[in-house]
Amino acid sequence: MYNFEYQKASSAADAAAKIKAAGEDGKLMAGGMTLIPTLKQRLAQPSALVDLGGAKDLAGIKVEGNAVVIGAMTTHAAVAASKDVQGKIKALAGLAANIGDRQVRHRGTIGGSIANNDPAADYPAAVLALGATIVTNQRKIAADDFFKGMFETALQPGEIITAVSFPVPEKAGYVKFPNPASRYAVVGVFVAKTGGGVRVGVTGAGNSGVFRAHKMEEALSKDFSAKAIEGMHPPADAMNADIHASAEYRAHLVGVMAKRAIAAAG
Amino acid sequence: MAPNDVGSTGIGAAVRRREDFRFLTGRGTYTDDINRPNQTHAVLLRSPHAHAEIVAIDAKAAKASPGVVAVFTGEDFKAINGLPCGWLVHGKNNTPMVEPKHPILADGRVRHVGDPVAVVIAETKDQARDAAEKIAVTYKELPAIVDMKAALKGGGTPVHDAAATNLCFDWELGDKAATDAAFAKAAHVTKLDLVNNRLVPNAMEPRAAIGDFDRATGEYTLYTTSQNPHVIRLLMGAFVLGIPEHKLRVVAPDVGGGFGSKIYHYAEEAIVTWAAKQVGRPVKWTSERSEAFMSDAHGRDHVTHVELALDKDGKFLGMRCETLANMGAYLSTFAPCIPTYLHGTLLAGNYATPAIYTNVKAVFTNTVPVDAYRGAGRPEATFQIERLIDKAARELKTDPAELRRKNYIKPDQFPYQTPVALVYDIGNYDATLDQVLKLSDAAGYAQRKAASKAKGKLRGRGIASYIEACGIAPSNVVGSLGARAGLYEAATVRVNPTGNVVVFTGSHSHGQGHETTFAQVVSDMLGIPMEQVEISHGDTNRVPFGMGTYGSRSLAVGGTAIVKSLEKIIAKSKKIAAHMLEAAEADIEFKDGKFTVAGTDKSKTFGEIALAAYVPHKYPLETVEPGLDETSFYDPKNFTFPAGCYVCEVEIDPETGVVEVQSFSAADDFGRIVNPMIVEGQVHGGLVQGIGQALLETCVYDKDGQLQTGSYMDYTMPRAGDVPSFKVAHSVTACTHNPLGVKGCGEAGAIGAPPTVINAIVDALSEYGVTHIDMPATPNRIWKAIQDAKAARH
Amino acid sequence: MPTVNLTVNGKAVSANVESRTLLVNLLRENLALTGTHVGCDTSQCGACVVHVDGQSVKACTMLAVQADGAKVTTIEGLANGDTLHPMQEAFRDNHGLQCGFCTPGMVMSAVCLVKDRPNITEHEVREGLEGNICRCTGYHNIVQAVLAGAKAMGR
Repeated sequence: MYNFEYQKASSAADAAAKIKAAGEDGKLMAGGMTLIPTLKQRLAQPSALVDLGGAKDLAGIKVEGNAVVIGAMTTHAAVAASKDVQGKIKALAGLAANIGDRQVRHRGTIGGSIANNDPAADYPAAVLALGATIVTNQRKIAADDFFKGMFETALQPGEIITAVSFPVPEKAGYVKFPNPASRYAVVGVFVAKTGGGVRVGVTGAGNSGVFRAHKMEEALSKDFSAKAIEGMHPPADAMNADIHASAEYRAHLVGVMAKRAIAAAG
Repeated sequence: MAPNDVGSTGIGAAVRRREDFRFLTGRGTYTDDINRPNQTHAVLLRSPHAHAEIVAIDAKAAKASPGVVAVFTGEDFKAINGLPCGWLVHGKNNTPMVEPKHPILADGRVRHVGDPVAVVIAETKDQARDAAEKIAVTYKELPAIVDMKAALKGGGTPVHDAAATNLCFDWELGDKAATDAAFAKAAHVTKLDLVNNRLVPNAMEPRAAIGDFDRATGEYTLYTTSQNPHVIRLLMGAFVLGIPEHKLRVVAPDVGGGFGSKIYHYAEEAIVTWAAKQVGRPVKWTSERSEAFMSDAHGRDHVTHVELALDKDGKFLGMRCETLANMGAYLSTFAPCIPTYLHGTLLAGNYATPAIYTNVKAVFTNTVPVDAYRGAGRPEATFQIERLIDKAARELKTDPAELRRKNYIKPDQFPYQTPVALVYDIGNYDATLDQVLKLSDAAGYAQRKAASKAKGKLRGRGIASYIEACGIAPSNVVGSLGARAGLYEAATVRVNPTGNVVVFTGSHSHGQGHETTFAQVVSDMLGIPMEQVEISHGDTNRVPFGMGTYGSRSLAVGGTAIVKSLEKIIAKSKKIAAHMLEAAEADIEFKDGKFTVAGTDKSKTFGEIALAAYVPHKYPLETVEPGLDETSFYDPKNFTFPAGCYVCEVEIDPETGVVEVQSFSAADDFGRIVNPMIVEGQVHGGLVQGIGQALLETCVYDKDGQLQTGSYMDYTMPRAGDVPSFKVAHSVTACTHNPLGVKGCGEAGAIGAPPTVINAIVDALSEYGVTHIDMPATPNRIWKAIQDAKAARH
Repeated sequence: MPTVNLTVNGKAVSANVESRTLLVNLLRENLALTGTHVGCDTSQCGACVVHVDGQSVKACTMLAVQADGAKVTTIEGLANGDTLHPMQEAFRDNHGLQCGFCTPGMVMSAVCLVKDRPNITEHEVREGLEGNICRCTGYHNIVQAVLAGAKAMGR
């Protein structure tokens, strides 16, 4: 790891001031579950690291109207254990309960995961499928406008995610096929049925990051059942491929995981 | 014996381990836990290329970097020997293998990703790493040689100039004419092509080494993560750095697992030892895991074609095999003997096959060197035999268990001379088969299969037998086969004046529990409490000599050396007792820690004899020396031959290809067992490494020789959720040629499990017409096999 | 260099470290608590697991400066003198360790996993240990140990 200047932010506003002062080589750190391994491999060389860990105003879960609002610094373990999340969006609690491993879930946060937009991370599928709103210290961003391909988001330099607001769906389900080594998603499919229709978010599979499976959404909007999407899967040429799963296999798994997510949604 | 029975501490008791307290409280001392005063830190710069010429190295900026003490490159090691190979294999026509130099730091050319190019020594590890990044190396890339078949065609720049077609040796074993004749009269021939996947051993403790040099005494000390410190002292001292044994101390403290990967002498050990003198300060190096993936010796990596000839009744007539064995870029310490004398000689398996012929071509490639990994050659042999027999059974529509039984070497055939050189002393393969069939509830299988089907799952059941040869020996024989070392073991039993005992053994313990098992043997033989026995290992300045721990040899060879010393102690004690008790030596009986004059109540305790030996008043000084301290070197007469039979049941999700191991039953014959708790633990561990090979683990290089599985992000280590709990049972045929009757248990699971799992998977997929699947049987592979089989039917 | 103040195994400690120093290096190098091990560099093996404010975390994936003000427990802080913690005792009694290298992390993870769950199932234990890799034991005896340890901790 290269050395850097460490600064601990006490609030979102403090973090905004510190990251601004740090200039373009400054970097925000949430739980650090991706950033620290990246630094250890010397794949990043920030001049300053602004730690959001002390920003108490960024953590916590509340129900606001028909939405569950999760503070950016809420850990995966806290989301998984939250009675509010379990009661309102069980699939989201289940998703959080299966990210990484227990130790990662004790430190890793929803804000960090979404800001990083790893193409194999779990949360982006939920954010997209549930049509969540990403709240930053500057504005509100719709999920559909937030993810911009692998590791790219709509966040501007110095912009800090403060919370994610998830509208409560009628039904939702998430099933992932984990990478046997890393535990990231080889394929993860989040299916949500809302008053406005059905949305399907797919992570792990696509060669340009998380995406919505529009054809499946159309079919499921007419008939929310596994049968409605039987044999349906995205084209293999849009899929990622690696030593664990070929593009063809990933495409096939998207179909299987989608059907199982619908079954899980009940 | 049930693991909870701790009534005694003798042979056969499930004594809780004495080493556990320190490990459970964080008080173990592993090499990286050691820090020497004024120590420096070494970081190696490694090649990013699989194959390249080094055009230039510019280390000026690195030398000027903060905290840097020294930078060394291949130029500094030019006059120093390379890492030695401990086994010279002769191939066909008595042609010796090609044995190129394995330089400590790359000498003008890099031959695999991770080949060390330079070393930076600095005040801190971070400073060394910062500086290593500043070394500018100009490489001229060469095409990488990765695929073994392509490598043998030659062309391009070979890995070593001395081997134009990258062939290290072309070795054969068995009677080719007799085998071909057997095939000519066969009623049925089964053929199979298979791959034994390359594995990375992955002991959880990464390798580490600290070199220290005392200018006052001229003595070097190397602390290292080794399974055999005396072997490292010999190889590094005599063959690399030219340091005589009396000026070189090698310490292998607590070592966090080895599995073969810590047998070998590695470049980093020589670097820190040599550099300690150069910089005049201790030098410490600790591997990172990603470094381990590209510098620890790998295992397996065979490509094999194998054929079995059967008569009309299903009796085996002959077997013939062609294997390509990957050596990697250089010959690791014992690499050449793995696919030959530890593989070809095991091809009879548990069967009375009358004619066997095998040909093994060893190939250099631009990959990390390959050497022994848990099982070492024997898993590869077992996999090919047991997959082949299973395929034959399927082709002949016969029960795979009964086909095996029909061809087993029967109990009355021992000692049994195989057609591939070995003589098995004893065994009862029918007994382990019967035991595993019962253990695995063969009778209830149809019902379980139906239950799986009702859930939409494919259930399969696989069986495999195995035999292994442990405690490689005798030295005379292995010497004639090319070993450049003896394969005995040494032990000193030191009885102190007040009757407590210290055993100095060359059998290093790095998880096997020797400190407990060996103490049980001593307690049993001397009739003294285990608390009075200490086991010392791992330091060449304390232990007289030792060949170390590998090949499941510790109890059979190292344990026997202890027994031999104990026998000498008892014999001498009898002389002392006879004198003290004024009786004839022949009348002295030793039992339960007491020396008694036969037929009387006159006796002396072991403690009294010990005291007399060191305070020799009223002592037979004219015929018996004072002191009670005996050393033995034990060279075994033969290998030992543990064997067993395993059954596995799997459930496959046909939609995703995911395999779940539903049950695994193991019936082993390890001869006599000293500590059943420890033995079962060894079986469990071996099984998971075997299941890991079958389902999860593989080391992948791309066509450019880049390592695709360089960390735990891509190399799938088995986790608790990947495996079931196991059913384990033992039967006993005592080894005929060592006093304890023991055989060895460390590698069994890793040898027997892979074919058992794959046989179960092929059984589950047989309804699609799938006849073979390569390891690891990943979900993607299984799904693809199902798709291909379906397509072939349409 | 930043100064960190934290409580380790019940004792207040203070150290000057570089920002880039990992918690595991602070423990091993500055405090000589070498029971916490490093077995990988990608946050997977779990040999470095310690408790930070009561929760299991990987000390190789946390900066020392992030632990400022925290209460840290390492394997050295688990036993009460020579009396082993019930989970340590269960590992010994069930032969849940061989080479001992993964053991400290495994025990620390297990203690956190089964807290208030005396009736945890075998399946839950196997899933709950996904952040810890052992190469020696095949997990069979670790799982038995954790189940026994959970019961003993519940007593």
